[in-house]
Amino acid sequence: MGKVIVVTSGKGGVGKTTSSAALGAALAQNGDKVVVVDFDVGLRNLDLVMGAERRVVYDLVNVIQGEAKLTQALIRDKRLETLYLLPASQTRDKDNLTSEGVEKVIAALKKTFDWVICDSPAGIERGATLAMRHADIAIVVTNPEVSSVRDSDRIIGLLDSKTLRAENGERMEKHLLLTRYDPVRAQRGDMLKVDDVLEILSIPLLGIIPESMDVLRASNLGSPVTLADGKCAPAMAYFDAARRLNGETLPVNVPGERRGFFGKIFGRKAA
Amino acid sequence: MLTQPRPIRLKGRSFLALALTPELPFEDWLARLDDLAARSAGFFLRRPVVLDVEGLDIDRPQLRELVDQLGTRNVRIMGIEGARASLLASDLPPAMTDGRPASDLEVPVAEDMEEADGTEAAVPPESLPAKATPSIVITQPVRSGQSLFFPEGDVTVVGSVASGAEIVAGGSIHIYGTLRGRAMAGTTGNASARIFCRKLEAELIAIDGFYKTAEDMEPNLRGKAVQIWLEGEAINTGILG
Repeated sequence: MGKVIVVTSGKGGVGKTTSSAALGAALAQNGDKVVVVDFDVGLRNLDLVMGAERRVVYDLVNVIQGEAKLTQALIRDKRLETLYLLPASQTRDKDNLTSEGVEKVIAALKKTFDWVICDSPAGIERGATLAMRHADIAIVVTNPEVSSVRDSDRIIGLLDSKTLRAENGERMEKHLLLTRYDPVRAQRGDMLKVDDVLEILSIPLLGIIPESMDVLRASNLGSPVTLADGKCAPAMAYFDAARRLNGETLPVNVPGERRGFFGKIFGRKAA
Repeated sequence: MLTQPRPIRLKGRSFLALALTPELPFEDWLARLDDLAARSAGFFLRRPVVLDVEGLDIDRPQLRELVDQLGTRNVRIMGIEGARASLLASDLPPAMTDGRPASDLEVPVAEDMEEADGTEAAVPPESLPAKATPSIVITQPVRSGQSLFFPEGDVTVVGSVASGAEIVAGGSIHIYGTLRGRAMAGTTGNASARIFCRKLEAELIAIDGFYKTAEDMEPNLRGKAVQIWLEGEAINTGILG
């Protein structure tokens, strides 16, 4: 039985889609079978970031409405044969996503894949709540700035109340992925500090992804950054995050800081 | 046709509503209300509000005008307290008496007596043991968008209250963490309620209806461990040692 991850944030433009693709590709490079599901019906992007936009025939809504089989809608990555994409519909409305339909699709994907990564749309409406509903693990993507942090806090509240796990009284595993971290701005002090973000959100840190042109370049090439250039700083950070998802304990490096962050992180109690 | 006629159940319940006390002249008072609403958006949204007009020298058209004015501000008045009978009319919200009409109006049925909220009207007083003030303890952070409503007594949070979260308590509020959202203590008319927090970053604090927004708080108290209490109509804040 595979694990279902939701990549969510509340706020838009923080890097959910980029992170979904990068983590998916990183996990698939270990030989795990991974599918990344785009829940952003009407505003899909994941197909572009993964370079599969010219191969989309059927999508998530087609599968839910019974117009296509799941196997017909899944697109296998050309570079990694264990990485798959289930695209969202660009033309349909998100009201076409039904709770029962999503449940069926997720259940089917869990049987064949090791990781099911649900790329949530921004906001807290239907698309976002359905994307998180069946998740076992949540990755909360946050930028080090106040509006993003507050929206993430709101999302954590929803993860603890509106998901199936929460409703069954089980614990929802939540991780913080701090993205677009700019060492220069951090040094100038015009960005929230890593410590402050962790204090406000009080969930464990999965990784810090530095702001980098490499991410933009990879997106424009239609390749997850962990596939485009595995040696660049953001790719390394995503690889580390993927290893932490697999249960490894690694020190978290704050970009631009020489000192390890290990002691500080693990000295903290996280909810 | 009904074969077994069952009695219609009518029950007396007491609910918590915000009581607004308008002052003359209404234009000025409404301007102050708009100011509060502007600084604290959605304050009255979906909350039951009762208008307390006790001691106001107004006539029916003035009252109607005031209710309409509040209506345009999305403040829905569900009852009017302290009004002379001559002031009210069928198109105005009904009169309300002072909050505790708790006797059960149910058509007599011996069993299935439900607890009337917050009162002991149905039970002879001597059979009640001395009751401690109820309180609840929250051991998780209160997240943005969450609202904790506990009119019965004290609220203790072991963790932080996020920006955009709110705690409404009938008694005192204790926060062993950072208060970034709103805390409203003593909302059921308890002026002796206090707010305590380890670190003050609040958006709004209120005790017994008297409030202060972040802008009105002294900047030197930000980030400090404080207690907040009411003296007369003034909100006092003191640093905890």
